Amino acid sequence: MATIELKNVHAEVAEGDEQILHGVDLEVKSGEIHALMGPNGSGKSTTSKVIAGHPAYDVTEGDILLHLEADDFDGIDEIPESARTWDLLELEPNERAALGVFLAFQYPAEIEGVTMTNFLRTALNAKLEERDELLFGEDEDEDEDDEADAGYETSPMEGPADEGEVGVAEFQQLLSEKMELLDMDAKFAQRYLNAGFSGGEKKQNEVLQAAILEPTIAVLDEIDSGLDIDRLQDVADGINALRDEQGTGVLQITHYQRILDYVEPDTVHIMLDGEIAMEGGPELAEKLEDKGYDWVREQVYNAA
Amino acid sequence: MSSEENLQETDTEARFEFKKEQHSAFQSEKGLTEETIRLISEDKDEPDWMLERRLRALKQYKKMPMPTDWPGQPDLSELDVEEIVPYIRPDVETRGGAENWEDLPDEIQDTFEKLGIPEAEREALSGVGAQYESEVVYQNMQERWEEKGVVFCNMDEAVQEHEELVKQHFMTKCVPASDNKFAALHGAVWSGGSFVYIPEDVTVEMPVQAYFRMNSEGMGQFEHTLIIAEEGSEVHYIEGCSAPKYGTHNLHSGGVEVFVKEDAHVQYSTVQNWSKNTFNLNTKRAIVEENGTMEWVSGSMGSKATMLYPCSILKGRGATDNHITIAFAGEGQDIDTGAKVYHNAPDTKSTIESKSISKDGGRTNYRGLVHIADGAEDSSTSVECDALMFDNESTSDTMPYMEINESKVDVAHEATVGKIGDEDVFYLQSRGLDDDDAKQMIVAGFIEPITEELPIEYAVELNRLIELEMEGSLG
Repeated sequence: MATIELKNVHAEVAEGDEQILHGVDLEVKSGEIHALMGPNGSGKSTTSKVIAGHPAYDVTEGDILLHLEADDFDGIDEIPESARTWDLLELEPNERAALGVFLAFQYPAEIEGVTMTNFLRTALNAKLEERDELLFGEDEDEDEDDEADAGYETSPMEGPADEGEVGVAEFQQLLSEKMELLDMDAKFAQRYLNAGFSGGEKKQNEVLQAAILEPTIAVLDEIDSGLDIDRLQDVADGINALRDEQGTGVLQITHYQRILDYVEPDTVHIMLDGEIAMEGGPELAEKLEDKGYDWVREQVYNAA
Repeated sequence: MSSEENLQETDTEARFEFKKEQHSAFQSEKGLTEETIRLISEDKDEPDWMLERRLRALKQYKKMPMPTDWPGQPDLSELDVEEIVPYIRPDVETRGGAENWEDLPDEIQDTFEKLGIPEAEREALSGVGAQYESEVVYQNMQERWEEKGVVFCNMDEAVQEHEELVKQHFMTKCVPASDNKFAALHGAVWSGGSFVYIPEDVTVEMPVQAYFRMNSEGMGQFEHTLIIAEEGSEVHYIEGCSAPKYGTHNLHSGGVEVFVKEDAHVQYSTVQNWSKNTFNLNTKRAIVEENGTMEWVSGSMGSKATMLYPCSILKGRGATDNHITIAFAGEGQDIDTGAKVYHNAPDTKSTIESKSISKDGGRTNYRGLVHIADGAEDSSTSVECDALMFDNESTSDTMPYMEINESKVDVAHEATVGKIGDEDVFYLQSRGLDDDDAKQMIVAGFIEPITEELPIEYAVELNRLIELEMEGSLG
């Protein structure tokens, strides 16, 4: 069981000194679904970005920790004890990804010329390789030997023989299974990453990537915006499958109650002015839908 | 440390960077005198007419000023031709190139093994030529092509064996020595290169490849390539180049002439990976007859400064030109490349696609000219140049000149310049790619529209070279 823990996180925009987060406390465990709600500008997206390590934000105070248990990664019998607690703020974005932190973007980047298949297989192999390095330390000598061999023994007219841990055929099998699950057309596999995708297709693609990369913790930033009802259903199925089949802990950022009807949260957090202002069960989201953020504001500030 | 040990201890970059000790049989003095030219010609046992052409070219070279007035041209002030050794004949017994790799001295054999040439020959090529310093040391072609009358030999041999064809085509109407200062220099000191002759209606299915390797410090390589594709014939000629890095400057000034006859189809592809002390100043031109097609594919990866603008003269009705160029400039590099097309007949068509990448203060420039002559009606041209910059220190310029003297034509031009996006890099990083790999993937995607048009082995090679370039400057 993995846990991501935000403790008193303060963050500001890296260029400038506008502070956005004023002490966020939040904890998400494997298999749980959390909803993070709040008005525009309250700091929800910033929270997701500092978890993933976006360079545009500086964390000025507080901690973001990832706790792992011995058997959290499929295929790894036992995570060494020394590699079970991670200070994410010390890690590069790709290292966080390697440990299973996944961010579904509100506005995913469009990368021309890179097919989905190529991208996802490269990412998956990079992730597995980096994870090994983080958990068990680097084996540099071996790597260098490999590279030297590739340089001298293969022709410059060929690619490197090295295929990565997940080979082409195996990956294609995996990809088509996951795509079917999300009701995505097979032709997506050969399209360029998000290039020319509709808003809904991009969101579906974010969930597909999560399904392939099997994160321990997935932060979904407004995965429901721009989705029609059919696709909302597909995306919700995908999120539930992440939790049910892979035990992923989900932090779902949303403005709307609507998706919570399909993906029922265990906990709802409401964010105001860069802090978690209120927490509760699924009924809190319904109440919010009814009464609006002014009601939260009244409750919080009157109480204080 | 022997060069062999040296190789074992270096990484993949060493694939191109390694040096061999220099053993030569004959080496000219530095610089250019009539005496030097006579010695080269004598050493090659050339007919008088070739010596005369060399000497005439030398005179033209001496008369012409260094080009310094092009807007934004690369700085050539560090290039001192008088300090360059123009001619080095490696110590090889067989003149005109051995037919077996085993017949070559170990060090030369080893060089081309490292570059992967023999393996590529076995797997994907109709023929291979390999030049070391100034001379072609290996030349071979599959017998079935020989039987059909295809000629693929080194240029020096062609002067002897195919004298009439060479006399008629060599630096006469396509690239005369008077074309520019470096064409004149080339005409005076040229050595090696390929001669390709494809008879009527013969299609050579697999490409033929030549590889030019410059090993010695401070030398110049001036290979000449002449391709004659008779009516209805088809050939794909590939050229690869590299040199190890030295402290002093090398000069590469190749000449390429292509004759595309009626209905013929020639593709000329090159990946140039000169070391970063090399000035790379070439003249490449094709004359395309009725309904013929010329395709230029160029990857300019290395060198200190490159000036290269492959040119097609669309002489016959319905002739077609396609240009694909990729340029990569890292620290201290100025890659000035582009394309020239002359539409001199009706119904001619050209498309030019250019992609350039600059990083760490490097500069790329697309310099192109499309000329449509009065009377070349119903011709069309499309020019597309895209530039990607890694940082604010790098530069990318675009100079697409158009001279349109005919009104019934279709002209399209598009240019984009962009910086690699931080959000794009972060997106890929958040999926597990490290910073370098993320950027590499974005670059590979950027040039994908071009690499997808290349033969697969070639596209892979190009991507690998770019990876090496990026690792080199990132590390």
